[in-house]
Amino acid sequence: QDEGGLVEYFRTQMGKDPDMASAVAAIRTLLEFLKRDQGETLFGLRESLTSATDCLTGVDSSVAVSSAGELFLRFISLTSLEHQDLSQCKKVMEERGELFLQKISMSRAKVAKLCHTFIKDGAKILTHSYSRVVLRVLEKAAAEKKRFSVYVTESQPDAAGEQMAAALRKLDVPVTVVLDAAVGAVVEKVDLVIVGAEGVVESGGIINKIGTYQMAVCSKAHNKLFYVVAESFKFVRLYPLNQQDVPDKFKYKADTLRSSQSLSEEHPVIDYTPPSLITLLFTDLGVLTPSAVSDELIKLYL
Amino acid sequence: MADSGVTDGAEKKEDITRVKNEGKELSKEEKQRLRKEKKSQKKNKEKKDEQDALASEREKNCAPSTLSQPAAHKEPAASPPVQAAVSEPPAPAAGAPPADKPAKSKAELKAERRARQEAERASKPGKKGDPGPQSTAGKPKAPPSELQPVVKRLPEHVQVDNPEVLKKLAKKLERQQIPLRSDYGYKVSLFSHLHQYSRKAPLTQQLSIPSTVIHPVIVRLGLQYSQGIVAGSNARSVALLHAFKQVIRDYVTPPNEELSRDMVNKLKPYISFLNQCRPLSASMGNAIKYIKKEISNIPSQCKEEEAKTKLQDCIDRYIREKIVLAASAISKYAIEKISDGDVILVYGCSSLVNHILCEASEKHRKFRVIVVDSRPRLEGREALRRLVKHGISCTYVLISALSYVLPEVSKVFLGAHALLANGYVMSRVGTSQIALVAKAFNVPVLVCCETYKFCERVQTDSFVSNELDDPDDLMVTRKGKTQLEGWQQVSQLGLLNLVYDVTPPDFVDLVITDLGMIPCTSVPVVLRVKNVDQ
Repeated sequence: QDEGGLVEYFRTQMGKDPDMASAVAAIRTLLEFLKRDQGETLFGLRESLTSATDCLTGVDSSVAVSSAGELFLRFISLTSLEHQDLSQCKKVMEERGELFLQKISMSRAKVAKLCHTFIKDGAKILTHSYSRVVLRVLEKAAAEKKRFSVYVTESQPDAAGEQMAAALRKLDVPVTVVLDAAVGAVVEKVDLVIVGAEGVVESGGIINKIGTYQMAVCSKAHNKLFYVVAESFKFVRLYPLNQQDVPDKFKYKADTLRSSQSLSEEHPVIDYTPPSLITLLFTDLGVLTPSAVSDELIKLYL
Repeated sequence: MADSGVTDGAEKKEDITRVKNEGKELSKEEKQRLRKEKKSQKKNKEKKDEQDALASEREKNCAPSTLSQPAAHKEPAASPPVQAAVSEPPAPAAGAPPADKPAKSKAELKAERRARQEAERASKPGKKGDPGPQSTAGKPKAPPSELQPVVKRLPEHVQVDNPEVLKKLAKKLERQQIPLRSDYGYKVSLFSHLHQYSRKAPLTQQLSIPSTVIHPVIVRLGLQYSQGIVAGSNARSVALLHAFKQVIRDYVTPPNEELSRDMVNKLKPYISFLNQCRPLSASMGNAIKYIKKEISNIPSQCKEEEAKTKLQDCIDRYIREKIVLAASAISKYAIEKISDGDVILVYGCSSLVNHILCEASEKHRKFRVIVVDSRPRLEGREALRRLVKHGISCTYVLISALSYVLPEVSKVFLGAHALLANGYVMSRVGTSQIALVAKAFNVPVLVCCETYKFCERVQTDSFVSNELDDPDDLMVTRKGKTQLEGWQQVSQLGLLNLVYDVTPPDFVDLVITDLGMIPCTSVPVVLRVKNVDQ
């Protein structure tokens, strides 16, 4: 159907507010799609929503987009759709969709409120690449008049760390950019490590930008606290056993998946951090230990 | 009725012993009579002891006149020292005891309890026995008042080295007319609280043929369990359920009885018998709980034939849903985790793991299997046979070679006997060893387990509750010589043949159940969800 229009809408949403998570943009797109849908049956509606989500993951292959899409579908169809008239059903679904969107727009603020208290005055923080949630948390902490300094990894191949450093400098936070290879050497200087996540998996581990796993291993070796901040729509029903077990469709960017001949020559953009290396996860559902993530997932999905 | 029973008990008692010797099942009334007789006899004996103890006190204290009244015309059970100890009238028979228990002496406590029981019995004729058994299992002595919550006695608290518990067990089996199986051989001291039976002395040899108390299907099942003909968690549960189906088919409700209550009572001696043949597994325990619940939920207006068909359908559905369909759901999830080129390690013979691997090979996944085996059961050979028949290329090693093969292994698939509420996995002995070494080599360990094997028990070590198999199994004859032949004669030698061990959740990466893939720590969540469903 209107796939091109969908993708366009998604891109405009992303462009409009660069601070918004790609998953939120995806949900806005899906909601718009729902409003415009001309289908006659509920089943057909579900099918077209699923295919729309697949289409969006073709544009942005991050884990968050697919998990957000699935959660959106579940959320709106959780109601008992007893109305005889399809348009009434659709109205109910649209209302629920708006509600869902509202809830997740607030989630970053909730996470920041929970996490900033864990940053003590005079703390030295290590973070990885550019994460908007971590930035939000550090903004809140700075607003609470806490003094802290930050080490950011450069995070090649896209040098997203520089973006993070620039944003932090605007907040008057002393920031140092370090090489990805320097993580092992820097960890002993810091008090805690805070990273974002692209997806939180069933085991309680996270999927995040490549380089997170070695940061987690180094901080475990030095017995440093390793915190993860993530919104609840990033919870996904995956259960990787090791790096190899992460599906290829998440490991590489969407364009790479389409265009490359052999994936073994491509560089993966994400890695998996097992739950044994994570101390706590901060989500809008609360502060969770990795083993509680499965509990929350069961509640969300079942 | 309670009072009159005591006085003409003498004649009834002869009747009862005669009937018992003929091997016929005692009627409910006769059983009640027998129980009351024994209880009053026990009380008489204890009263005499207390009387002697308190008589000396009385001499010192010049007690009030009520004490001197001879109790000759009263029942022998309600004697003066007991009345003295009870100050308030026991009329509110369900009255809660005073809270300052520790201050009183043990004899006074006993006396008070005795008096309260007598008062209860006097005020409520026909009330059946007391919740006495619960207070003697070594737990803090809670007076058996009706208002107090019943102390939950865990059936897994096997305490073979505690003679009181053994006596109680013997009495219970005698009441149900099931022979008591005696332990065999020297037991290693760390496990002396568990039963150890010999396979050469099955319980069925002590039964009279034909036994009218135990259904022949159950006798056969018990023999199959104790000889190891039916082994493996799923196989045992399915065999048990089929046997119960036959029992239900042959069941006839006696007159003036309700099917829902009488059938449960009929099943109790069968369960004790099977427990004596071989201790029940967690899966069997859950199945039995389910059946009992279904039976007691039968409405009383329901006709017998209808009820019987309903129960048989319930059992069929249980087997189909919890075992057969669960196996296909689990293999669907598990096959996602098997990729081409995998080297999979399995231990022993788990019907579920074999099923998964056979299905995966049918779906044309390319993998090979390493089967690890251990003495004395050598169950791996059966697994090897089944896998090779499906055309899967296998390697066979003994558990001592584990660290030699692990570098080439990509995944470990284990079956489970039960999953405990704190996330520990109870499985065949050797499983925790495999999980430990796999963890050291960073190989993912996957446990496959149906949800009906989840149990509420909590265990952190393999000693507290386990099973000891026949120690003679450890003897092996090589080149005509059996080294351990005379092990019974060597006083310091003990042979230990453990059946199960527990694996901590840190060594397990993933548990695959019919509800999906969950981490080992989420087992209590599943139990909670299941309880909500029921």
